[in-house]
Formats: sequence, structure tokens, C-alpha cells
Amino acid sequence: MSKEDYEIVMGLEVHAELSTKTKIFCSCPTEFGGEPNTHCCPVCMAMPGTLPVLNEKVVEYAIKAGLATNCEIARNSKNDRKNYFYPDLPKAYQISQFDMPLCEKGYVEITNKNEEKKKVRLTRIHIEEDAGKLNHDDYGRGSLVDLNRAGVPLIEIVSEPDLRSAEEAEMYLRKVKSILEYIEVSDCKMQEGSLRADVNVSVRKRGQAEYGTRTEMKNMNSFRSIVRAIEYESNRQIEVLEEGGKIDQETLRWDDVSGKTFSMRDKEDAQDYRYFPDPDLALIKMSEEYIENIKKSLPELPESRKKRYIEEIGLPEYDANLITASKHLSNLFEKASEICGNYKAVSNFIMTDITKFLNEKELEPDQIPFSGEELGNLIILIDKGTISTSIAKKVLAVLFEAPEDPMKIVEKNGWLQISDEGAIKEVVLKIIEQNQQSVTDYKAGKKQALGYLVGQAMKETKGKANPGMLNKMFMEELEK
Amino acid sequence: MELYELTVHELVDKLDKKEITITDIAKSYSERIESKEKDVEAFVTVTAEDAVNKAKKIEEEKNAGKIDSKLAGIPIGIKDNICVKGVKTTCSSKMLENFVSPYNATVIDKINNENMVVLGKLNMDEFAMGASTEYSYFKKTKNPWDLNRVPGGSSGGSAAAVAANMVPWALGSDTGGSIRQPSSFCGVVGLKPTYGLVSRYGVVAFASSLDQIGPITKDVTDSAMLLNLISGYDEKDSTSLDIEKKDYTKSLVNDVKGLKIGLPKEYFGEGIDAEVKKAVMEVAKKYEEMGAIVKECSMSVADYALATYYIIACAEASSNLGRFDGIRYGYRTKEFSNLKDIYINSRTEGFGEEVKRRIMLGTYVLSSGYYDAYYKKAQKVRSVVKKEFDKLFSEFDVLLTPTSPTVAFNIGTRSNNPLQMYLADICTVSVNIGGLPAISVPCSLNSEGMPIGFQLIGNHFSEDTLFKTAYTYEQNTNFRENKPKFVGARY
Repeated sequence: MSKEDYEIVMGLEVHAELSTKTKIFCSCPTEFGGEPNTHCCPVCMAMPGTLPVLNEKVVEYAIKAGLATNCEIARNSKNDRKNYFYPDLPKAYQISQFDMPLCEKGYVEITNKNEEKKKVRLTRIHIEEDAGKLNHDDYGRGSLVDLNRAGVPLIEIVSEPDLRSAEEAEMYLRKVKSILEYIEVSDCKMQEGSLRADVNVSVRKRGQAEYGTRTEMKNMNSFRSIVRAIEYESNRQIEVLEEGGKIDQETLRWDDVSGKTFSMRDKEDAQDYRYFPDPDLALIKMSEEYIENIKKSLPELPESRKKRYIEEIGLPEYDANLITASKHLSNLFEKASEICGNYKAVSNFIMTDITKFLNEKELEPDQIPFSGEELGNLIILIDKGTISTSIAKKVLAVLFEAPEDPMKIVEKNGWLQISDEGAIKEVVLKIIEQNQQSVTDYKAGKKQALGYLVGQAMKETKGKANPGMLNKMFMEELEK
Repeated sequence: MELYELTVHELVDKLDKKEITITDIAKSYSERIESKEKDVEAFVTVTAEDAVNKAKKIEEEKNAGKIDSKLAGIPIGIKDNICVKGVKTTCSSKMLENFVSPYNATVIDKINNENMVVLGKLNMDEFAMGASTEYSYFKKTKNPWDLNRVPGGSSGGSAAAVAANMVPWALGSDTGGSIRQPSSFCGVVGLKPTYGLVSRYGVVAFASSLDQIGPITKDVTDSAMLLNLISGYDEKDSTSLDIEKKDYTKSLVNDVKGLKIGLPKEYFGEGIDAEVKKAVMEVAKKYEEMGAIVKECSMSVADYALATYYIIACAEASSNLGRFDGIRYGYRTKEFSNLKDIYINSRTEGFGEEVKRRIMLGTYVLSSGYYDAYYKKAQKVRSVVKKEFDKLFSEFDVLLTPTSPTVAFNIGTRSNNPLQMYLADICTVSVNIGGLPAISVPCSLNSEGMPIGFQLIGNHFSEDTLFKTAYTYEQNTNFRENKPKFVGARY
């Protein structure tokens, strides 16, 4: 049998750090970085005798995430202890949620390559605390514990095994990221680990009803590694099965350098987390009114924005999809359009020039450094004929490097479009004189010679000449 | 009469009348500790030297009008599982032998706010697990009434120090009887408050859903005064209750007329020493004479309380004690070559036998496959116990029982028999399971001259009723005229 005879089945456990100001069970800052063990107090360092107090914002943010992903919100919930020993876990238990999560039974809709919509079901969303970080000495002399991150609030979003390809998994994760950004509950900075995913992968023969044995890859924090890891791991599993072997249910570590997965734990070390309700914390009870108020406070979600862009602004669905996939991009679009009043021009500029730039530099939309105002002003410069579209590309490159008002960039670099009739006429006459053959061709009926002449004039003016005026003036001269 | 023989309310009176000074009190206790500690061995850490200096400073500030607390300069002893900033908090364990707390428990903040003087940290069973204080890693505290006997536990150091007049009062903690039982053994008054009345922030957790800090005092008035100080909502403890604060000294009224007292017969049955039973029945008779209505009643699930208690307490303890892993603080083994060794060897060497026994019990009952049969079932029994208490309190104002089935036993007679030791909690644990308040009050001496205590159990947040009931008994009897043989003075 070949690879094509197998189907990949995946579920994701997405961990997102919530962007509350303080930690989940104490009032230490959640800020990333800082000298080791400076964002800590007796509570998050698990000093003997300390007690957790639940940060209400964490509950609110998790419910927001649940509402934005079509979940049922619990009216009664609780915190449980997950017991295990590890040096980054100072209490030797993580306060999490076991059988009564805040949110259950939701879904996220994705649109795959063939423009088909698919609902990825969510099992649950629960709250828990992050662990600290171990800094391993490069020379093997020991490891140091940094508890700055210990107690930073997380939500874990658990999906059903509804994903069928690496591409779908990426789309799903991008969608989840986008939703969390829209509702402003997480900054989703994957490079800082504030969004990471455990990926459960299994394969089965097409047509087979039951799932295969799954493996889990933990703490993946880039789209690229997730896609690569899924591809590698699913192929590995297929190979094992094809050779008549069996898949072991185990936790794997993905190594980005070698592009392989490795077994992480001994099998006999199967963990028994001994979950039980945390007696230090009260039950979480939520009233209808409380949930209703959170619902009312939710900002516009990507689906609704998309609909608006298509129906009200008339953007093509593809464009609307791409722009709303990132809140940052969508906000940029809205602000720029508001400034220049030309939605179409802004969306075209995003879909072509900006997207191209992001792809070339391998940047994510949220890494765009300039503001919607700056983008809007750039479009105004194009619309008013102050600069040409070719100059606009150059201005965009500068905006990515050192954003400032586009007009200033244009002035500094002497990129103002030449719209002075006398100056343009001078260029036109010069080009005609230098290209007599083209003039002859044109007069002989080869109209495309005009394009060549305009191109030469543009080259002469380093792209600054007003292309409309050039065209017009060449025509006038050639028709004489 | 020496200063150290006085109750706190007597000391406060004398300070008020300027008959004594704050420094006089500190000196009196310092000398007392100096002369008696070598025999009683109640302290893990003595801070008394510092205490005299501190008292002098407080006195100056009070004279200058900067402090107006009536309790300013009053000494206190603290059980060594309550965190005092800058002082060792050992839980009487090798694990925390050198652990200095970087923060104050909420009750310590309250004590500091009154400018009281902490005389020292008091011995206990390791991590509050035990009923005799013999499981302390450091020393065996003696019962001041008979130095061959245990003071009870786990707050044995606190009860013995109060009984031996080395502190005027003390804080203990009670998970299954750890305040009441040693108070009974040492002939002093011990109160376990309603769960949620006193903040647990800063008491090293044994069993979070059962632990409460409470006062151990020479009389009921002092108990009410100390509860006034330590009770109240604390935003640092999610299980503390935000309810209106009461002034418990107002409930010190000499009147039990019409008060309904229930005698649950299960607490007077098998295993209860005949002399203890007789003494408590006499207390019941006394209450009747004073105008209370006393009636026998039944608590049918009482027999299951002990098993339920040990499952819940051990389960929570097994998780609570996970943090003692040799990584950040506390004892770390010298023998390790990898992480697993650090964990296993540090915990094997750092914890005592009883603590390890309970961690294993607790780990077992929470394990997958056993959870439903043990932990979950225990939680169900717990709610049945609560319901039975609710039913009883719809009929009675308080319940009267012995505090302990026996008087203090001899050192070394039970420490190798855990089941025998666990039976010492039989009268007290159901109170913790129900989250109820209960007070142990001394009533008489047995034929060997050892104190017997009775327990009054009240409904949730009915400490005022308990105080009134206990106070009335105290006012109409004279137990405090008895003197512990060893101490040689009225305590």
C-alpha cells in the first residue's frame, strides 16, 4: 500500500498564555522576560504555607475564548490538582481543571484550500497555570530554575481528532490564534512561547472506522515545525505499519534541527497524575448575568468582519479571508481605509505588495511595524499622483525598516513624482530623439512601441515621472 | 504570685492599672523558659532574648503614646508550622530544619499589628501528623503534669508551654484534634474554630480542607480574646469566609439556662476510658444543675468518621507535601547523581516514618483505580457526616463529648503502633470533617492526677455559644486551682 492509502488523524491541544496583568493565583506580573526569579513571590515560588487566590480576569478571558469558539459555558466549575514532580513545578502539582472545565463542546470553522468549510470540534477549554523554566547549563554541571513564568495563566484548548492533514492543522491553529488575538485574551507570540501546541497524530487506512494508536508531540511553537513534524511523524507511522510493526502510544519530542521525532519517556513511567479537587480553592460559580455581560463585551470576531468586508465593501471572499485572518492586518486595513477613503486600493495594496513582502521576508502579519495611518497616507500619495506605484513599493520597503510618515520618506529620498509639464516634455523629447526606430515602428502601426518609450522615460526619471502624463504626451508628440 | 501564673486578661488588667510593665512580663517569661524548658522541651526555637529587647521598645513607644493596643507587649508562643518572617519554621521536621520563612502568616501579621511579642516556635508532631508530639524530629516534649507522659499532639509544644507557664497563651493548629487533644492532656483550654473563620495563609498545609489555626489558653476568657484577634476574612485565603466580625468577649456570660446540650452516645462507648467517661458525665450533670437541658442523642456515622478522616487528610497531605522536593528550599540529600535520586533520597532522608506513611496512604487513595473506592467514597461519607451534624444542631445548641478517650499516656507506649495513635483522634476528627467549631475545656483530674478535658461542639460559626457554655462551666467550677505537680505553681 502507498502513503495515499492512509489517512492522518490529528487533534491539537493548544496552550495560550493569557494576557492578564497578573498571574493566575498571585499578584506577580505576567510580563515576559526579566532577570530570573524577579517576577515571583512566596505564592508562585510555593513557599510552605502559601495559598492560591484565583485571578477573576483569568476566568473572564477563558469564557471569552469559549464564547468566541461557540462553546457551552459551565455554570459550575472548579480547579483540580495535577500531581507530578518536576523542578519547574514548584508545588509538585499544577492547578488545572479535570472534570469540570469552564468551556465545553465548541467548534472553530476553517476554510481549506478547495474553499470548503469545515468545523473543527473543540472538546473543552480549561484554565491552568504555566510552569517555570529550566535553564540547563551547557557543560552539564546542572540546571537552574527560573520561576518568572510559574503561575502565568494559560488556557488549554483541546480539539477533537477532526484534523486530517498538516495543512488543516496549520489552518486550525492559525484560526485559533486569530480568534484569541481578536478577543484580546492572548498576545499569541509563538516565539515567546505564549502560544504552543501539543499535537496528537495517528494514521489509519482510508475507510477504517477506528482510530490508530496516537503519539503526542509536545510544546510545538512554530507553524513551520508543526507542519514538518506532522509530515515526518505521519510518514514514520505509515512506514512502521507498512513494515508490519505497531505504533507505541508515547510522547515524542520534535527536533527541529534533525527534522525527526524522538521518544521522550520510558514507557514504564506512565504518569498517574492523581487529579483531585484543589481544597485551597472555592468552586467557581457563574451567573447568567455574568456570562451575558462577557458576551456583550466581546469585540467583532473575524467571521463577522469577513462578512462585512464582502457584503459592505465588496471585497472578494479570498481577499476578505486573508485580511481578516490576522487581527493586526485587519485593523491595519480598517485604519488605512478610514484615512484614505479608498478600501479597494488599500486591500489591493495589502493583497499584492504587502503580502509579497511578508512572504519574501518570512514575516507574520503581526510583525508589520508600520501603522494603518502610515499605510493610508501612502495610498493617498498614490491616489493624488504624488508618487507612482513603483515608488510606492520603495516607500513600503522603507516602512518595513523604519516606519515614519510616507511623505517624509518620499521627500528625504527625492521620490516626488514629476508632474510638471515642461519637465516631462523635456524627457519625452529626449527619449524620442534617442529612439527614432521606435518612433518609426509606432508610426508604422506597431502601437506597442509606445509602451517601450514610456518605459525608457520612466527609467530616465528613476520611476518618478507621472505615467499618465507621459503616456499622453508621447501620444501627442507621436501623432504630430 | 508570679506574673507568669496570670492569664492574659489578668496581665492586661494589671498593665492598665500600671501595676506591672511590659518589660516585667517579658522578663518573667524569659526566666521561666530559662528554668523550665530543659525539662519540658516545648520549644523548637526560643526568641525570648530578643523578646525582652522588643518588649522594652514597645513599652517606650506605648508610653510615648505611639501604640494604643491593649495587647501590646503581651507574649505569645507559636506552633512551629506557622510562618514567622525571619524565623525558622521547621514543622519539627528534618526537611525544614533550616528553613527561614520569607513571609509572615496572616495571623502573625495580626499579632504584629498589636505589637505582641513572639516568645518562640513550639514543638509539634512532624508536619502536624501525630497525637503525642513524639514524632517531632527534634525532641520529645513532656507533659508538665507528669514528665513521663506525652503532652498530646500535634500541638503538644503549644499546650505544654501554656500549661508550664512558659507562654501565657499560644497558637496551635487543628486538623483532626491537634489543638483540642493536647489541651485536654495538659489541662488547658483549646479551641478549634469553624473552618474558614481564621485565615490559613502561612500555616504549612497538612490537610487543606481540615486545617484551622486556633488558640490554646489558660482559660475561656483568653480564648475569646485571642480568637477576636486572629479571626476574620483574609483575601489571601480563598477558603476564609467574608462574614461580619464578632466580639467574642461579649459572649462570656455566666448563664446556660435553657441551653440544649446533646450527648451523642457513640462518643461514650467502647474505647472511652471509664474515668474519662465518668468525668464528662459529671460535667453534663453540672450543666443540668446550672439550668441547661441535657439529652442523649445519636450520631450514627460517627464510626466512619475516623476512616474518612484518614483518607481525606492523607490524600491532601500527599499532595501538599510534594513541594518538599529538595529543589528550592529544605533538606537536600548529599547522595545523588540524577534528578530522580534528589527526589527519592531527599524525601526518604528528610521525612520521618509517620509522614512517609501518610504520604503513601494518600498517594494510594488518589491513584487511578482506587480513587472512587477511597477518596470519592470518603467525600460522600463526609457529606453524610455534615448532614447528621446539621440534623443534630436543629435540635441542640451544643454537643458534649470527651475530648480524648484517655488521659495523657506514657512516652513511648504508642509511638510504634500507628493504629493505637490514630484512635486518640476518635472524638475529635468528625468536627474537622464537618468544618465545625469545638472547644476543649479541662474539668477534673483522674485518679493518677492527670487532667481530663471535655469537648463542646457547636454549629458553624457558633463560637459565641461555645464560649458562653464553656465560660459558665469555668465560672461555677474550680479546675484552675489544681497545679501541675512538676510546675510547682498555679499555671
